[in-house]
Amino acid sequence: MSMSEPPASGLRARLMTGLGGVLLKPLLVPRDRVLAPVLPAKSRSGAALMLVIAIMTFLASLTAGAVHLVADASRDWSRTIAREMTIQIRPAPGRNLDADVAAAADLARRQRVIEEVRVMDRREGEKLLEPWLGTGLDLGDLPVPRLVVLRLAAGLAPDLSGLRAALAERVPNALLDDHKLWLSRLKAMADTLVGIGLMILTLVLVATALAVAFATRGAMAGTAQIIDVLHLVGAEDSYIARQFQGHFLRLGLRGGAAGALAASGFFIVAGLVFGRGAQGSALEQVEALFGRFSLPLWGYLSVLVIGVLVAVVTGVVSRVTVYRTLRGMEQAQ
Amino acid sequence: MVDFTERDEGTLPLWPELAEPDLVRFENVGLRYGIGPEILRDIDFTIPPQSFQFLTGPSGAGKTTLLKLVMQTLKPTRGRVTLFGENVSQHSQAELARLRRRIGIVFQDFRLLDHLTTYENVALPLLVQGREEASYRGEVIELLRWVGLGDRMHVPPVILSGGEKQRAAIARALIGQPALLLADEPTGNVDPGLARRLLRLFIELNKSGTAVVIATHDLALMDMIDARRLVLAEGQLHVYE
Ligand SMILES: Nc1ncnc2c1ncn2[C@@H]1O[C@H](COP(=O)(O)OP(=O)(O)O)[C@@H](O)[C@H]1O
Ligand SMILES: [Mg+2]
Repeated sequence: MSMSEPPASGLRARLMTGLGGVLLKPLLVPRDRVLAPVLPAKSRSGAALMLVIAIMTFLASLTAGAVHLVADASRDWSRTIAREMTIQIRPAPGRNLDADVAAAADLARRQRVIEEVRVMDRREGEKLLEPWLGTGLDLGDLPVPRLVVLRLAAGLAPDLSGLRAALAERVPNALLDDHKLWLSRLKAMADTLVGIGLMILTLVLVATALAVAFATRGAMAGTAQIIDVLHLVGAEDSYIARQFQGHFLRLGLRGGAAGALAASGFFIVAGLVFGRGAQGSALEQVEALFGRFSLPLWGYLSVLVIGVLVAVVTGVVSRVTVYRTLRGMEQAQ
Repeated sequence: MVDFTERDEGTLPLWPELAEPDLVRFENVGLRYGIGPEILRDIDFTIPPQSFQFLTGPSGAGKTTLLKLVMQTLKPTRGRVTLFGENVSQHSQAELARLRRRIGIVFQDFRLLDHLTTYENVALPLLVQGREEASYRGEVIELLRWVGLGDRMHVPPVILSGGEKQRAAIARALIGQPALLLADEPTGNVDPGLARRLLRLFIELNKSGTAVVIATHDLALMDMIDARRLVLAEGQLHVYE
């Protein structure tokens, strides 16, 4: 008995050797069919899992995009609001409101850090109240406070104690509002939204990992006999794990790519719709929260990163699950 | 090809020409399944290189269990198993896989994989080593021809006859050119004529240098030739040279 010499016809054998062989080999070796994967097809089906991965990636990407938009918008607001202050002058008995407003504006103009001083006239002030009081109301008799809007010069840390003191002395019914309270509330809200976004991201990744773990175990459940045979013919666990992992990594890459593409598409379309300039009050609300709704480039980058991350999580989790299951099978024997 | 690493001091032979270690050595091996009774007790035996033996005993005596211990898919509850001179009790899965590649096993129920062709089944031991198909294609085809399955290569095992399945299973056990062949009840499902031919095949294989262990409770088969017998009875093993 001899099973060492492969039966090769003379011509083919000669052609297969040497440099010619390197070039001709793919043509000469009869590849009537690709070698079947070691695992049966039923353990490799994964359309449902791929859909789950795609949906998870999409949701995670939307969340990441929203986080970017909120963070950007809140930075914009903060910058604007931080540069703005108002002096509110309340009508007081025995005082001339117009003279008080002029005096306050005059004091403000003398401050070096203040770039621009704008006195809101009475009608403007009344307009600000419209959302609360409705239109058509004659406010002529009501003691409506007047506002002086101050714009600070950029880049200077304003020290306004001087202005505050001067106002207290000369116009005691004036109140300097530096918007600090608003700013801190705004920041708190934006931070909360970003925190929620990150939490959702984490949850989505955990859920994806769990789905992959269950799917891997499901795929392995029907293959105990096959794995047993593979072990007996000398397969290492790492070889068996690679078969599963390769399959799940492919699923993860496809699902992740699909989800990331869908999310990018969503942001592009949303950017086109909202970016043209908000019309209608609903859109104004959206714009107020998210700014212009145009995702910055690194927003798209993070969508890409999420897609890759989901694929990597899929590959790693399936590998770990396979090793654990193999160890369990060994102990069960 | 003999690996002397982790060699047990006590088994070092006196003469260098006898340095090839036993393929299998069991010392005081005991086994129980879970919390059940001890199926095997105080098992002591060796399988020398190029030897030929029957492993026998009534149904349920523990022949299959003993083969699983040799393959290390089952760990003994006590005692020591040495394969190719290596104490395997602390071996990693990868180290066991390396040793298993030097053993071919034929199961009673063949255990061919139905989603692969006959060719792929026979090539499986080489495939799982990560070898390129082009490097073994010729070998596999020749072996399939040798066992008479040359024209059945590309069909799945489900449409093979019982005898053909068995020959495919034997070919799969032999493709890695093992030093040791284990066959569990190879004549269990075949007629006496085929049983005789199978036995001849195993003897021929043994003459070419492969150690052979045939687990069987078929007395007629054992009467055909005079060979070493390992007899299992009531959990203990007796060796008749
Ligand atoms: N997986 C198992 N779990 C529990 N008991 C088993 C298992 N496999 C075999 N046995 C028991 O071990 C004994 C020996 O079985 P086995 O090795 O198959 O014997 P044989 O091959 O000689 O017929 C039998 O009593 C059988 O019931
Ligand atoms: Mg048995």
